[in-house]
Amino acid sequence: MERLYTFVFVAGIGCFAIAFVLSMVFPWMSLGSYHGMEYQTLEELAVEPSPEFVELERAHPQAFERAFGAVSPASYAEALQLGRDLYVGQACWHCHSQYVRVVSNEEQRWGPPSVAREFQNALQQPQLWGTRRVGPDLARERGRHTNDWHVAHFIRPKNVSPYSIMPSYAYYFEADGTPRKDGFALVTFVQWLGTTAEGVDQ
Amino acid sequence: MTAVSKVRALPPADGRPVVSYRLVRWHLIAAGINLLIAMSAGFVYALQYVGYYPFGASEALSPGHIRLFHTNLVAYGWLVNGFTAMTYYAVPRLTGYRVWSEKVGLLIFWAWQTILAAMAAGFLYNRAQAIEWGETPTGFRPGTFELDWIPVDLLVVVGAVLLIAQFAVPLYKARDQKLYVTLWYFTAGYVWLALTYLMGNIIPEWVLPGAAGAAVTGLFIHDLVGLYVTPMGWGLMYFFVPLILRKPIWSHSLSVIGFWALAFFYPLNGVHHFLISPIPDYVEFGAITTTIAIEVVVTTVVVNFFMTLRGKFGALRTSMAIRWFYVGAVMYFITCLQCAFQVTWLFQKVIHFTDWVVGHAHMIMYGTFTFWLFGVIDWLWPRIVKREWYSSRLRGWHFWLSVLGIAIMFIDLTIAGLIHGFMQRELNPWSDIIQASIPFWWVRTFAGGLIVGGLLCALYNMWMTARDGAEYVEEPHYVPVSAD
Repeated sequence: MERLYTFVFVAGIGCFAIAFVLSMVFPWMSLGSYHGMEYQTLEELAVEPSPEFVELERAHPQAFERAFGAVSPASYAEALQLGRDLYVGQACWHCHSQYVRVVSNEEQRWGPPSVAREFQNALQQPQLWGTRRVGPDLARERGRHTNDWHVAHFIRPKNVSPYSIMPSYAYYFEADGTPRKDGFALVTFVQWLGTTAEGVDQ
Repeated sequence: MTAVSKVRALPPADGRPVVSYRLVRWHLIAAGINLLIAMSAGFVYALQYVGYYPFGASEALSPGHIRLFHTNLVAYGWLVNGFTAMTYYAVPRLTGYRVWSEKVGLLIFWAWQTILAAMAAGFLYNRAQAIEWGETPTGFRPGTFELDWIPVDLLVVVGAVLLIAQFAVPLYKARDQKLYVTLWYFTAGYVWLALTYLMGNIIPEWVLPGAAGAAVTGLFIHDLVGLYVTPMGWGLMYFFVPLILRKPIWSHSLSVIGFWALAFFYPLNGVHHFLISPIPDYVEFGAITTTIAIEVVVTTVVVNFFMTLRGKFGALRTSMAIRWFYVGAVMYFITCLQCAFQVTWLFQKVIHFTDWVVGHAHMIMYGTFTFWLFGVIDWLWPRIVKREWYSSRLRGWHFWLSVLGIAIMFIDLTIAGLIHGFMQRELNPWSDIIQASIPFWWVRTFAGGLIVGGLLCALYNMWMTARDGAEYVEEPHYVPVSAD
């Protein structure tokens, strides 16, 4: 028994395979087929540009045109993807979780609890649940604050939230507060969070 | 139960030595440098929490990027280099055969350090991947196969395969031997490393979105600890402790139980990183149950370690390596006991998303596995550079600063986590939670400073040992073996 092949095949591959089936294939099957969840691609998510995206264009027409041209499903998709890339690249999700649990009064603080269906899309692949909440949960962030609030907050979080310890992301904005392309994208992405939860059966 | 393992002095080496000291030395040096960068990054990151972050105006050096440096360099820079050095020593000693090739070893060494540089540069340019503890850039645009960075993930797999080939040669030559327990762990550990890395970096990124992907991400975080770091760490203890004490491990049966229970239960734990989440409850319950089972396994292993020390407690005073090993083992037991409780929903309601978990992670990665590697370095370094330690006093400073640092950090973050968790439940405003946490973040920064200080003592001592140490008098090397 204490020979090389036992450890390679039984322990190494065999035990790994059991776990792979139990903790990956099973949840995959029960989440996928039992609930008939449909996967949404980025294009499907961006069919209708959000009011917040339209509002960004109205508030900063010249800068917006330089960054994304006109408001369209294509430019909205581009802004969402870039926003997500920055959100991941800057490790935002290590301090802001993105799921609301059914415990600890989280429904009262953040809104309806998260369900699997709302994560079944291209902007949650890989998902951005996070494991730490230094700052607030963002799963229900859409519409909670205005675009202007987000711009002021990204430039210097203490502007609007005096006790915040969040870093400044002023380099995504001009000195007068006009967003650069990255700034537009970040605000658009953060204002999107929670969209897929709307209308989902709780 | 008859003794089925024993410790014997190695026969005189025939011609070329079995162990390539050059590879051990290079990997140890790289490990030390990586640890220094990783720890400094952790310290600088902690400054953000107390409002004194030094590089606030730089996009590249933003706190988020520095956090990725901290966690990823600990895993891929420090632990992988350190464990590789230790394996280069242990596997040839245990099997009696050399690794595949020293040239390939040097190639792997430089390739690995280049991969780390590509990873670090990728973080600076916002190329991290959204996989916790696997933020190593994929190099591809999300959801496509267009390259926009060096494909670090793929290179890591190539590196791991070469490393496996390197050790597969001596292990294959020894396939008819009855393998010693350390080799069980190393063999399985390398197979698991390759599988875990492939699974964690490919499936959530390209195959499964959302909640099903989260189950795999949890499995990845957990398997990297449970199926690479843990087997390497346990294997290391089973090798170095008998070798230094010159007595066999206390119970062979317990080591068999420990191994197979680890192999079976550990990979089933993954989902416990996302409890009370949209992942189906039955998967969560499975993970919770097996996590509690793991505590039983850990107890058998820790009992085995401590019974081996019985009658030789004096070694805690005389051998610095033994001291590192056993303080690490105590912390290991504390962390795993903690885990059996914190994995329950009762605890999760309060402590998930808080600093409690951060304290837990530091205790296991630093207080246990890093301590065990420090023990290995303490024993191995004089034998590698053929010099006696330059300063015993610095060794003592390293030890006590590290122990004090991690103890303060663990207690501090655990309390901070409870306060955060209860305030969150009681619906206190978020700004109140931040204000309540700040004193604890100051203490955490101070504890981090102690840890970095200890590390500086160790690195300076290693450097001066190699340069100025008294000549090391070679003594016979011992090796634990399985008796037939």
